[in-house]
Amino acid sequence: MSVSATTPKPVTLELMGGSRRRHRKERLVRVLFLAAAVLGLVISLAIVVALVGRAIQWLIDIDLGWLWTEGWFPRQDEFDVLTIFSGTVMIAVIAMFVATPLGLGAAAYLSEYASPRTRRTFKPILETLASIPSVVLGYFALQVINPELVQRIFASASTFNYLAAGLAVGILTIPLVASVAEDAMHAVPQALREAAYGIGARRMTVTTRVVLPAAVSGIVASLILGFSRAVGETMVVAIAAGATGGSLRTINPLDRGQTMTGAISSLAIGSDQVRGSGFAFESLYFVGLMLFVITFLLNVVSERFVRRVRSRY
Amino acid sequence: MSLVAEADARTAVDVALRGRRRQLGGMLFRFGLLATLLLALAILLVLLVTTLVDAWPVLTTRGWDFVKSDTSSLAERAGVWQGLVGSLILTGFVAAFALPIGIAAAIYLQEYTRDTRTSRILIANIRNLAGVPSVVYGILGLVVFVQALRAITGPGSHGRSYISGGLTLAVLVMPIVILITMEALRAVPANIREGAYGVGATRWEVVRSHVLPYAAPGIFTGAILALARAFGETAPLLLVGAVTGYLSTPSGQAPLEILQGHYTALPTQIFAWAKLPAQDWQANTAAAIIVLLVAILVVNFLAILLRNRYERTW
Repeated sequence: MSVSATTPKPVTLELMGGSRRRHRKERLVRVLFLAAAVLGLVISLAIVVALVGRAIQWLIDIDLGWLWTEGWFPRQDEFDVLTIFSGTVMIAVIAMFVATPLGLGAAAYLSEYASPRTRRTFKPILETLASIPSVVLGYFALQVINPELVQRIFASASTFNYLAAGLAVGILTIPLVASVAEDAMHAVPQALREAAYGIGARRMTVTTRVVLPAAVSGIVASLILGFSRAVGETMVVAIAAGATGGSLRTINPLDRGQTMTGAISSLAIGSDQVRGSGFAFESLYFVGLMLFVITFLLNVVSERFVRRVRSRY
Repeated sequence: MSLVAEADARTAVDVALRGRRRQLGGMLFRFGLLATLLLALAILLVLLVTTLVDAWPVLTTRGWDFVKSDTSSLAERAGVWQGLVGSLILTGFVAAFALPIGIAAAIYLQEYTRDTRTSRILIANIRNLAGVPSVVYGILGLVVFVQALRAITGPGSHGRSYISGGLTLAVLVMPIVILITMEALRAVPANIREGAYGVGATRWEVVRSHVLPYAAPGIFTGAILALARAFGETAPLLLVGAVTGYLSTPSGQAPLEILQGHYTALPTQIFAWAKLPAQDWQANTAAAIIVLLVAILVVNFLAILLRNRYERTW
C-alpha cells in the first residue's frame, strides 16, 4: 500500500486533446477524402451541364419540324425522335424477354435451391458472363445468333436486325437481373421460410408463395435496372442492328434499324459523313440527353423499390 | 368421437405417404430453375467455342505474329499489337486515377459521414452515376477532355489522345469503384472499429490500421473487376476518338508525346473489324476477340480466386 511520493500531474484539457500532429493529419486526410467524394457530384453536374447546354443550343438552331419526319437521317436533316426511341424500346423489350426468365430463374435457383457448394460452382458462370465485353456480344449476334437462329426461323430477317441485337443485349442483361434479384431473395428472413416449412409447405410453394411475394420490390427493381441497362447498351446495337447511316421508322423487329445509342455511336465515328451539315454531329448531344434522362428516371425508380426491401427487413 | 380422430389420422398418414408422388411438380420446377442457369452456361460455351472455331485459322497459321503485328489494310498482315498496348495504357490511366480517388471517396462516405440527408443524396447520386450508359460518359469525355481541355490532352491530335480516352474511362469506372469499396468497408464489423477507438486512435488511424486491412481483399477484388471492365469498354472510346482504321505509331517519341497522340484500343479494333464483311477479316475479328477474352477472363479468374481465398464471414 505504498503511495507514490510525487502526486501525478493533473490531467488538463490540453492533454485530453492528444497530439497536435495527429490532429493535423486527421484534418488533412479528412479534407482529401471529402474532396474525392465531392468529385462524384462534380462529375454528374458536368454530365448534365455538358449535355443540357449543347442540346438546347441544337434545338434552337434546328427547325423543330425536323424532329418529326419519317426516319432518322441526320445527313438529310431528318431527326425523327420517334424512330430511335421506338428502336430503343424494341431492343430493350426483346432483351427483357431473354433476361427476365433466365435472370430470375437463375436467381431463384441460387437463392432457394443451391447448396453452398453448388453456389460456388454456378455463381462464377454468371460473373464470367457479366465480364464479357459488349463488343464481343455484338460480334456473336452478327455471326451466330442472326444466321443460326433468327434467320432460320424468320427467312425474311435482314443481315442486321433488331431481333438478333435484342437477344444479344438480353444475354448481357442476365447477370445484372440475376444478381439484383438474388440479393432481394436472399434478404427475405429465414423465419418466413421456416414458418412455411413448419406448416408443411414444399420448397416450390415456399419459393413461389413466400419468397417471391416477400422479395417482389427487389425483383421489380432488378427488372427495371435490366431494362435501363438494355436501353443504354451501345456496341451490340452498333454492330448487329446495323443502321450506320439512317433508318426509316419501323416497328418490325426483323428490319435493320437505329436506336438512341446506335445513333450516337454512328455520329461519333463519322459514318454519316457529318461534315456536310453541322447539325448532324451536334444532334448527338440531344440524343445523349434523352438517353441520360430516360436511364436516370429508370434508376431512380428502381432505387425506390430497392429501398422498400431494405426498410421492410 | 375417437373414431373420427382415428380417421383423420389415417388420412394424414395417407397423405404423408403419397406426398412424394405429388412432388413431381416441385421437381419440374426445380429443374426448370436449374435449366435457366445451365442455359446461361450453354450460351457462354457456344459463344466461346464458335469464336474459337472462327479464330482457329488465324491463331494456328499466324500465332504470335497476329498478336505482334500493327494495324494494316491487309487482313493477312493486320494484328492487334497497337490495340493491346493502347488498352493497357488506357487501363493504366484508370488504375492511376479512378482507384485512388474512388477508394478515398468511399472511405469518406462510409467511415466519415453520419447518415445525413446530404450523405444520402451523395450516395444515391453515385449509385445513379454507376447506371449511366457508357456512351453518355463518352459524350462527357468529348466535351470536357477532347474539346475544352484540348491544349493539355493533345494539341497535335485534336484532343483525341490516350489522355482523353484514359480519363474518360477513369470517370466511367469511378462510381463502380466507390460502390464496391463501400460494400467492402461496410462488411467490417463495428466492434473492430470500436476496439481501435477504445485505445484512443483517431478516425484515420482506425481506418488505416483496423478497417482497411480487413476490407482489403474485397476492395482489391473489386478494383481488379473494375479494371477488367475498363479494358473491354468500347462505346465511350468511339466518342473520344479512338482510331478505328489504320494507325501509324512513329518511333522515338517522348512519353508525353505518345500520351498526347492518336491511339487505338483492342475493343475498338474489334468493333471496326466486325463491320468488315470479308471472310478473312471475320477470322481476324474472332482472333482479336480471343486475345481480349483471354486477357479479361484470366484477370477475372484471378479476382474470383482471390475472393474465395480471403473471403471471411463474421
